[in-house]
Amino acid sequence: VAGLPKIGAAATGDDLIAEFTGGAEVGEGDLKLVAPEIAENGNTVPIEVSSGSAAEILVLAMGNPTPSVATFKFGKLAASRAASTRIRLAGTQDVVAIAKLEDGSFVKASSTVKVTIGGCGG
Amino acid sequence: MASGVKPRVKVPKSAAAGEAITIKTLISHKMESGQRKDSDGNIIPRSIINRFTCDFNGENVVDVELAPAISTNPYFEFEALVPEAGEFKFTWYDDDGSVYETSKKIAIG
Repeated sequence: VAGLPKIGAAATGDDLIAEFTGGAEVGEGDLKLVAPEIAENGNTVPIEVSSGSAAEILVLAMGNPTPSVATFKFGKLAASRAASTRIRLAGTQDVVAIAKLEDGSFVKASSTVKVTIGGCGG
Repeated sequence: MASGVKPRVKVPKSAAAGEAITIKTLISHKMESGQRKDSDGNIIPRSIINRFTCDFNGENVVDVELAPAISTNPYFEFEALVPEAGEFKFTWYDDDGSVYETSKKIAIG
């Protein structure tokens, strides 16, 4: 997306969270992350994020070589602040979602996924 | 560069005015992560779709930024409001500058 700072390859998950929140405190609350407990194949792991009032949701795979996964921005005609997709996980790790709510606050949800076969082909 | 890219979207043909509908999208794309190596040990350069958007009659539904951790053949499912009859427009942006588009009309009734 034009206008966003280019994310360097060396950025850690914590760096990316700080960049997204601008250093603001991240609480718990109106955000749900659904991911399988065990994924046999790390190449395609289904996940779902949902929230009642998120404007944006950042998804990170903290144990991947580059932790960025996706950022969802919800527009005027989004009927719910929810989306599903399929992601790659290099190995067993925490998947983290951070939502920016409409009131400007940030909340976090995370889920540990056990991966039998890694998805980054390293 | 990327070959055989084919977008597929699933949108109901009609909805009630103001109804929330579920949309499913999938685009065939290898999503080369830039992490893999070929048989000679050289890194295969990254080639992914980096952005996906869905709009209805010019109003945004979702705008997604994709990283290499999105699986091959990126799949998205989300819900949209249908305030009136019109057209959903789906756009995918490739690293190589290609833009893939498709659209689906929806009627009220």
